[in-house]
Amino acid sequence: MNSREPLAIRIASRGVQAFFLLGLLLVWFVATNVWHISTILLPNPLNVWQQLIDVVRSGEFVGDLRITLTEFASAFTIAVALGVTVGYSISRSRYLIKVFEPLFSAIYAIPIILFLPLYVMIWGLGPPSKIALGATIGFFPIVLNTISGFGSVDRTLTSAARSMGASDMQMFWHVLLPAALPIVLAGLRMGFTVALLSVIGSETIAALAGLGHRIVNLAENMEMARMFAYIVFVVAIVAVLNVALTMIEAYARWQ
Amino acid sequence: MAVTHPHARTAIVRTEAPLKRWFLRHPGAMRGLVIALLLLIWEFAARFLLDSDFISPPSVVLMSLGTLFATPGVPKALGLALYEIAIGFALAAVIGAGIGLAVGLSRFAHRSFMPIILLLYGLPQVTILPIFVLLFGIGAASKIAFGVSHGMFPIMISVAAGVQKINPVLRTSARSMGASRAQILYHVIFPHAVPSFFTGLRLGMTGVLLGVLLAELYVSTAGIGFFTSLFTQNLEPTRLIGLVAMLAVIAVVLNEIVRRAELHYGRWRA
Repeated sequence: MNSREPLAIRIASRGVQAFFLLGLLLVWFVATNVWHISTILLPNPLNVWQQLIDVVRSGEFVGDLRITLTEFASAFTIAVALGVTVGYSISRSRYLIKVFEPLFSAIYAIPIILFLPLYVMIWGLGPPSKIALGATIGFFPIVLNTISGFGSVDRTLTSAARSMGASDMQMFWHVLLPAALPIVLAGLRMGFTVALLSVIGSETIAALAGLGHRIVNLAENMEMARMFAYIVFVVAIVAVLNVALTMIEAYARWQ
Repeated sequence: MAVTHPHARTAIVRTEAPLKRWFLRHPGAMRGLVIALLLLIWEFAARFLLDSDFISPPSVVLMSLGTLFATPGVPKALGLALYEIAIGFALAAVIGAGIGLAVGLSRFAHRSFMPIILLLYGLPQVTILPIFVLLFGIGAASKIAFGVSHGMFPIMISVAAGVQKINPVLRTSARSMGASRAQILYHVIFPHAVPSFFTGLRLGMTGVLLGVLLAELYVSTAGIGFFTSLFTQNLEPTRLIGLVAMLAVIAVVLNEIVRRAELHYGRWRA
């Protein structure tokens, strides 16, 4: 963070981090190979690595990955479309903000994963219930941030633009959007994360296919090494999606 | 004048009907009206438009709460979930505050371990839910553990950030006036860490609720998850909605308690 810190301290703290992560791997290796902890509790890391290579090489993951990503993409699209439209419409009136903002915040405080059994009852075990849940969970951070982004644009800016004769379109593109964008983007980012996690989570709880369902299936069959391999795989996918999002976000801000 | 004036709208409002004016002055009443309207739409749709096998009107759900609580095992499952949330929250608070203090007190520890904590916090924990159940069984232990693993990170990060932000002048002057390490900790660090600790508690409560409920729903052979899958399979929307509503009420009440506590204990700093 701070470039004024002595180089030795920076190297030392990096060293501690590397040592900690390596130590964790080493403990894992020793626990399975030397202390012979039951492989049902903790599979051998080398074994997990082999399984991971096998999962990627065989292309077995493609079907589950496609389902999970399709569910997530649909859920996120719905959440963004609804969240931004509803949020923007409400943000145009101080009165509507006062009416709806506390309502959305209150619902956002409920762990919405609770609705999953209802959604499964209405839409079944397939993708629609996951899409509905992801869209519901993703909607709230997006709508709340859109309201606060567009609702908190400085009034001097808007009245100055108005008095200089800006049209509604000009007002939106040159005044409102640039001022609101950072907060709206932060909301989209939160919505992205929670929608992705809730899709994977609902696959874990009740589903017929998808990456979350695959992990549960392997756990029930006690194929621990392969399950760990899939967990590593899902973590990697989530990380890749996050990096992609960060790049898109940086591009949008730069624009 | 009244037409071109920028505050023309307020001038018009004054001439509106008194009822509308009252609603404009009381946004909370309008919010209540919106909620009532949504409930009415739900009631109407469930009674006349939708299949009663899959959805029940809110009035029926409310009237049948008695039969929900009369279902053998449901009150016990709700009580157990509350117990798991309480224990999980307490453990998350102790572990989170302990590690947060340890990491926040030393600059070196903060630099070294904060990235690791943020990395772990960023991992999608829901993928390892089956491991928790395999390790800790289908009882309360796995749900408490999963709640703790969700709740401790926000507390840790918040406490560490709060301790780091304490003005170094305070610590230095306390030491130069001859305060011992324990005295500095007790009289300087703790009071200044209180507001961020309560902010962490509020975020941690959200995490604990999510973790415990995820695990509860995942384990379909016992607890809440058993009843949600039972009601789903038997097409009993009334009892299912009732059970979900009860859990939502528990979550709202617990969130509100920690939010009030945060407001109360965070105030002195402002």
